Amino acid sequence: MPEARAYGDVADCLGDRDFQLALWILYELHYRGFEGVDDAAEWDPLLLVSRAGLERTMEHAVRELVASTDHAPPALEPDSDPAPQVVKALVQMTIGDGVSPVATFLRRRATREEFRDYLAERAIYHLRESDPQSFVLPRIDGAAKAALAELQYDEYGGGRPDRLHATLFARALESLDMSTDVASYLPDVSGETLASVNLMSLFALNRRLRGAAMGHLAAFEATSSLPCEQILRGARRLKLPDAVQDYYDEHVEADAVHEQLAIRNICGNLVTAEPELADDVLFGAAACLAVDSRAGQKLLTDWQDRRDRKPTGSGRAEAAG
Amino acid sequence: MSARRVTVEACPGGPLLIRGADEVVSDDGTVGKVERSVVAVCRCGRSDRLPWCDASHRAKRRSRKKDD
Repeated sequence: MPEARAYGDVADCLGDRDFQLALWILYELHYRGFEGVDDAAEWDPLLLVSRAGLERTMEHAVRELVASTDHAPPALEPDSDPAPQVVKALVQMTIGDGVSPVATFLRRRATREEFRDYLAERAIYHLRESDPQSFVLPRIDGAAKAALAELQYDEYGGGRPDRLHATLFARALESLDMSTDVASYLPDVSGETLASVNLMSLFALNRRLRGAAMGHLAAFEATSSLPCEQILRGARRLKLPDAVQDYYDEHVEADAVHEQLAIRNICGNLVTAEPELADDVLFGAAACLAVDSRAGQKLLTDWQDRRDRKPTGSGRAEAAG
Repeated sequence: MSARRVTVEACPGGPLLIRGADEVVSDDGTVGKVERSVVAVCRCGRSDRLPWCDASHRAKRRSRKKDD
């Protein structure tokens, strides 16, 4: 029996596997549920209360993280139109140096095993790719809704089931004889990665946070094309199957489109329609960058620790850079 | 049957978003077949996937290393 933990034992909920796994399981009831679990559990009052408690703790931690890192969003000028300011801020916040450390590692140094680790870690999201944001569609209107629908249509394969992004990822996993069952990745996924996925559900399932959900989407898409190109090069370097390359190849072009749709057509139009959401949109974008950056750091640290324990492997991999 | 609608939307500092086209021909004659409902066409010339945008306009470096 694992040792029982109390709520008060959670010091850093964004890196706490038990905390994030509990929240992930509660969210999963709203997506696909679990075999052998009554579908009605989705609206079980006790579970909803539990979820609300975890969410409040998580949101508080995310707000603290955003305020304490260099991902804090810029303050908006109160006397001028917020929409163009939000668009400009989103572009600036997501420019950075354009390359994520994880993508660089995968491109230059990762072994085949480490690349598989990466796919396993990301499976928890990519096998459900874009599903959280679909919950926002009925919560927004007009041009922003049309733009979100356009983006989601592309994520969902543009009318072609075989091009569903989640299916492309599943095919990549299959090509490496890896499971396509999300649950099989739960025992090993880090609290930080679970937090990055839960963040999307937190924003998308709470109508109050719809602005943050769309800001998150904008930051996510705008920081995806360039890393996907790096990861694609890593997959080619390791001569991984076509299905793996296809997934990242698709995302270079798709996310270059989605970046524009999300920043301008979704967030810009959303803030024009609901100016009071401006700060939430920027908070969501900042939260995406801060939480995902933590998940990336955790991955890199774990890879490094494993290499340090196996000194024979690391020298060879270093030289590959 | 109504005429098909083709639209071009310019993104400041970024690509053109094109909806409804069948193909896009770039400067060097490369024909890009349109395979999604909206495509982003490069305007800065830094893309490695012309005629498509690959978000290279976001990278700080003038051109990326092509060492692999």
